[in-house]
Amino acid sequence: MLCKNRRQYDAKELEAASAAIIAMAKTFTVTVQRQDNPHGGKYSESFELPYEPGMNMTTVLQRIAANPVTSDHQTSAPVAYDACCLEEICGACTMVINGCVRQACSALIDNLLQESTGPIDVKPMSKFPVVRDLVVNRKPMFESLKRVKAWIAVDGYHDLGAGPRVSVPQQEEAYPLSRCMTCGCCVEACPQFNDKSSFIGPAAISQAILFNVHPTGSIDREHRLEVLTSPGGIADCGNSQNCVKVCPKEIPLTDSIAKAGRDTTLYKLRQFFGR
Amino acid sequence: MAHQNVVVVGGGLAGLAAAMRLAEAGLHVDLISMVPVKRSHSVCAQGGINSVNEYTRQQGDNEWLHLDDTVYGGDFLQHQPPVKEMCDWAPRVIDLLDRLGVTFNRTNEGLRDQRRFGGTLYKRTAFAGATTGQQLIYALDEQVRRWEADGLVDKYEYWEFLGPILDDQGQCRGVVAQDMFSMEIRSFRADAVVLATGGCGLVYGRSTMSMICTGGAAARAFRAGVNYANGEFIQVHPTAIPGTDKLRLMSESARGEGGRVWVPKKPQDDRDPMSIPASERYYFLEERYPEYGNLVPRDIATREIFDVCVNLNLSVEQDRLCVYLDVTELPATTLKKLDGILEIYEKFQGDNPRVVPMKIFPAVHYSMGGLWADFERDDKTGGMVIGSPRNHLSNVPGLYVIGEADYQYHGGNRLGANSLLSCIFTGLFVAPTIENQLTSLKNGSSNDAPASLFDGAVAEHKQQMADLIARNGDENPYQLHLELGDSMTRNVTVVRRNKDIESTLSKIAELTARYKHISLADKGNWTNQNFSFTRALGDMLLMARVIAQGALQRDECRGAHFEPDFQITAPDADDPATLRKQATTWCQSFKKKNEQWLKSTIAKYTPDGVEFSYEDVDTSLIPPRPRTYGLKGAEIIGEVWSEMLAAADSDKEAKVGT
Repeated sequence: MLCKNRRQYDAKELEAASAAIIAMAKTFTVTVQRQDNPHGGKYSESFELPYEPGMNMTTVLQRIAANPVTSDHQTSAPVAYDACCLEEICGACTMVINGCVRQACSALIDNLLQESTGPIDVKPMSKFPVVRDLVVNRKPMFESLKRVKAWIAVDGYHDLGAGPRVSVPQQEEAYPLSRCMTCGCCVEACPQFNDKSSFIGPAAISQAILFNVHPTGSIDREHRLEVLTSPGGIADCGNSQNCVKVCPKEIPLTDSIAKAGRDTTLYKLRQFFGR
Repeated sequence: MAHQNVVVVGGGLAGLAAAMRLAEAGLHVDLISMVPVKRSHSVCAQGGINSVNEYTRQQGDNEWLHLDDTVYGGDFLQHQPPVKEMCDWAPRVIDLLDRLGVTFNRTNEGLRDQRRFGGTLYKRTAFAGATTGQQLIYALDEQVRRWEADGLVDKYEYWEFLGPILDDQGQCRGVVAQDMFSMEIRSFRADAVVLATGGCGLVYGRSTMSMICTGGAAARAFRAGVNYANGEFIQVHPTAIPGTDKLRLMSESARGEGGRVWVPKKPQDDRDPMSIPASERYYFLEERYPEYGNLVPRDIATREIFDVCVNLNLSVEQDRLCVYLDVTELPATTLKKLDGILEIYEKFQGDNPRVVPMKIFPAVHYSMGGLWADFERDDKTGGMVIGSPRNHLSNVPGLYVIGEADYQYHGGNRLGANSLLSCIFTGLFVAPTIENQLTSLKNGSSNDAPASLFDGAVAEHKQQMADLIARNGDENPYQLHLELGDSMTRNVTVVRRNKDIESTLSKIAELTARYKHISLADKGNWTNQNFSFTRALGDMLLMARVIAQGALQRDECRGAHFEPDFQITAPDADDPATLRKQATTWCQSFKKKNEQWLKSTIAKYTPDGVEFSYEDVDTSLIPPRPRTYGLKGAEIIGEVWSEMLAAADSDKEAKVGT
């Protein structure tokens, strides 16, 4: 299931939700998909928690860690999960909640209880190997950044004065792309990114564009276009446009992909005609 | 020359800056971090990074004034040569970041835009939207990835630092670390170790800091013999959004761009804030500090908000302390620059701050204190000797400390937008020191050290892990952490009183005893976060002791350390002669206070407890002067103080003459 990340709730809806919550005797249930290690089987456990105003999913996981007793009164191990900044800027706590990939820190319980009548459902991302419970290994995403040389190959770190001038529109184009936290939402939602394909994914394509449009970053422009035209590159994008819908930072990923499509076509044509 | 290796612990701005600069010098770096480095706490920094720039220069600003603002804002507790060096390099640090592709906001001509931050009258702060820390760390992360691709940096992400390895001469020869997935414990040989492990906000339970900022690494180095300085100086940020899991920062840039702090004059006025007319609003910062207005230094803004809520009972809400931070009057173009932080408020509070004033309250934010680090003064420039073997070296040879983890640069209170600067500067600056040091190793390379040294250290940490897992009492680590955070927040933050601090110290002793009877909910050997947290809790209890004991012993007010029982009574007379007399008494008390307390607290770990001593502060560049933001009689105090200084100088000259 795919969800728009930014559903806005109006005051009436929220009021109705709060009333519903109070009616629920001030507790709610969370069902967590668990897995003890990379080779273990999946199983699920439910936890019933007292409701607190302003609570989010990371608070829920903290409360479970402090008292890991399931709904049927079995003592379990605390749920393993990734979390760091809790401000939705580090990207660590990405998981699939009620079927939507998102950060646990900004997933407010009031909103989650509105989404469905049953327990809140929490699973790890499915496109990466599970380490334990909700912790997955997103190393492939960082490796992709290496492949597209997502950096500016400056001469050195000694003083050489300021960088190139950048116009306001250029900055306004680059800044949103540069907010990518490598959280994995886009690849989780992408039907083309899976075990059977070598697709590099929307995040890496967008980073390649970010550095290609930078005056100094463009030194490696051709290398990046070469990567994007090789297997696993831009041609593997199925244009489902799921990525842009789930990106928590609202990065215009499909614009980047479209631009990558144009740039790679021109690049290949130039190559064909010997530049 | 044998293959040489540097271990950098921590992948925030300081650690990444050090790693990339060391790799550039051809040294191999093992970079150890509890999280993928791109997710380090530096991402949370919002507002910007300070340096003198062409715009401020033409208003009369220069590096000396940046130094002056920094040490005055820090209440003169920092050694001045390192601060001077940092301020001198600042413009070049920003230029480098610019070349690395940081998406700084721009002016119409395509130059870097600047904003004003607290504690200065100049627009020194370059920024990238309201997510400057994120943008800076991404630039450095990208550079380090480049070196990783070239084989000069090996990253160990999801690895936790357990302690340094010292040989029998006390030289640091490497570190022990643990894989947080497989729980494997192993040693890393190193010819130099750099700790860039950040602050310790989690000692206070909830703070603006990330979940990894436990101070665990610092505590482990402290136990191994690295001294800890000025622990009691903890910055409380005036504006944070209260939350159940953490207190989220609302950047100073909201005020830098014109945001105003106010409360309704009528206590807990329940009208819609937008309908309360200006005449019924109390803009207390603007009224109390006409010169700086909403941009007074952080410690002062924090105390005023606290005062208005607690002493004047003017909190906006009845059951929760908070004041309004209002950006609703700002034009859309300005609000756009603040999008990043306004989104956070919207996302976590559900209200749109562009149309409704935000509700905020102070929260623990930054550790000015940290592991002790040395410097060598350059007598010609007044700054540091570049590449001196002493710069950023701790009292353990071979072990260096940089970034928020060290105690230099910010003294008693940090100015906004100086932390990104100090982190990157120290990361870059420690590299030539290490480079020089590794070419002249006295004891040979760490490859020559016996395997038994490393095996022994690993065995010791494995034993400690086994011991902790074997504990079988009825205490819950999360409950103990909650109690620790409550007691520290109540008694050792904004307003401190010795009897309250003493009660927190007893609480820490009680919690330390109960910690022995802790029981883990997870005793397994795979990705055991329960274990990792419980081990860090032991470290937090130690850091709490260092902070609270330091605070108890420091009987004065300085920067973030505010003890009203030791406040010098401010002049209040209207009659000029009496006022002058009061100011003279004030200055005499101030002089006496500085003679006793213008010193850094140095904590040393011993098996019998923590020992405290005091270190003189190098104030060779700018003589300390009263910090009188908003004080009645500030002018007359300044005048009397100058006269006293002049008199002391002429005394000295007279003595030299005879």
